[in-house]
Amino acid sequence: MAEETLRRKREAEITINTAWCKGCVICVELCPEQVLVMERGKAKVAHLDKCTVCGLCELRCPDFAIVVVDKNKSPKTGE
Amino acid sequence: MFNYESYLRLDKFPLIWCSGCGDGIVLKSMIRAIDKLGLSKDDVCMVSGIGCSSRLTGYVDFNTLHTTHGRALTFATGIKMAKPRLHVIVVTGDGDATAIGGNHYIHAARRNIDITVILFNNFIYGMTGGQVSPCTPKGKRASTAPYGNFENAFNISGLAQAAGASFVARATVYNAVQLEKLIQRAIERKGFSLVEVLSPCPTAYGRRNREGTPVDMILQQKETTVSVAAAEKMSAEELEGKIITGVLTDVERPECREEYQKLIDSFRKEG
Ligand SMILES: Cc1ncc(C[n+]2csc(CCOP(=O)(O)OP(=O)(O)O)c2C)c(N)n1
Ligand code: SF4
Ligand code: SF4
Ligand code: SF4
Repeated sequence: MAEETLRRKREAEITINTAWCKGCVICVELCPEQVLVMERGKAKVAHLDKCTVCGLCELRCPDFAIVVVDKNKSPKTGE
Repeated sequence: MFNYESYLRLDKFPLIWCSGCGDGIVLKSMIRAIDKLGLSKDDVCMVSGIGCSSRLTGYVDFNTLHTTHGRALTFATGIKMAKPRLHVIVVTGDGDATAIGGNHYIHAARRNIDITVILFNNFIYGMTGGQVSPCTPKGKRASTAPYGNFENAFNISGLAQAAGASFVARATVYNAVQLEKLIQRAIERKGFSLVEVLSPCPTAYGRRNREGTPVDMILQQKETTVSVAAAEKMSAEELEGKIITGVLTDVERPECREEYQKLIDSFRKEG
C-alpha cells in the first residue's frame, strides 16, 4: 500500500502567464519531453500528458511566466 | 513548484529585462536560496548599483537600496557597520563592480566585511548598449571594440580571492540548482562572499558576438565551463579557454564588523 502511494502517478498542471512571457523559447527548447510549443510569440502547452513535472522549464524561465505543479502532491510538502 | 510571490513586488512586473536575459534566472535562484535559509524578509537588505542587473532590487520585497554606479559596496559597508544583524546582499554587474567600482570591490574583499555579493557577469555594459567592460574577453566585440577587444580581461573571482574574501564561487544560469546552493553557502559564510554568475546578455553581447539565441547562450555555458573537481585533473592546455565553476575559496577569516566590535568592547571594559 505504501508502495502504491509512493508511486502515485504525477499529474502536471502547467500555468503560463502570457502577460509576463516574453517568448524567449527557453522553456520550449530545454524541456526534455517536448511538452511546450510557441504560439504567436508566447509559450503554450501542447502535450501535457508527456510532462514528467521535472520543473526545468520553471527553473530556467527568466520571467516567472511558467509554473508547474504536480496535482497529486500538496504544495506544502512538494519539493 | 516554488512560490516566489511573497518575495516579489508584483506591481513592478513584467521585468524590464530583454527576452532571454539571464538575470531573471539569477533572481529566482537568489529568492530560493534566501527561502531555504529561512531568513525573514526584514532581516535582508539588498543593495545594487547601476546597470541592467542592478535593476533587480526594484522587484524584491526586502529592504532595498538602488544606489549609484559602482557604489553599491560603499552603501552596503555602511549598512553592515551600522546594523550588523542584517544580511546585506549586493547585486552588481561586471562593469559596476570592476570598472567604476573596482576600488570599492577590492577593499570590501580586503576588509572581509560580512557582505554577500552576487556579481552578474555578462562580459559587457548591458544597460548602455554594449561597451567593453574590464571583463570582456580578449577578441570579443563590443560597441567600443568593433574589431575585437585587444585588452586582457579581469578574473573577477581571482581578484576577490587575492584580496582576502572568505568565500568565492562561480556559477552559471545553465545550472540554476547549483547556483542556488552556492548563493545559500555564500550568505551563510561570514565575511566577504562572492558568487560570480555567468548571466547571458543576448542583446548587447550575444548578438554582436554571434553567440546565437538565448538558448544557445545557456547551452554554451555547459560547454565552456568545468567543475573545480574536473579542473584539478586537467592540464593547463586542456583548461585553456575554460571557465571553472564551483567553490573556489571557502575559509574562515576574521570579519571586519566583528573586529570593530572587539575594539568598541575593549574601550567599554576599560571605561
Ligand atoms: C557615474 C556614472 N557613469 C556612467 C553611467 C552610465 N552607465 C550606466 S550602467 C553602466 C554600465 C553597466 O554595466 P554593468 O555594470 O556590467 O551592468 P549590466 O547592465 O551589464 O547588467 C554605465 C557605464 C552612470 N549611470 N553613472
Ligand atoms: S516540467 Fe519538465 S517535462 Fe514538464 S513541461 Fe516543464 S520541462 Fe517539460
Ligand atoms: S521561458 Fe518563460 S518567458 Fe521564455 S518562452 Fe517560456 S514562459 Fe515565456
Ligand atoms: S541588455 Fe543584456 S543585460 Fe540588459 S536586459 Fe538586455 S539582455 Fe539583459
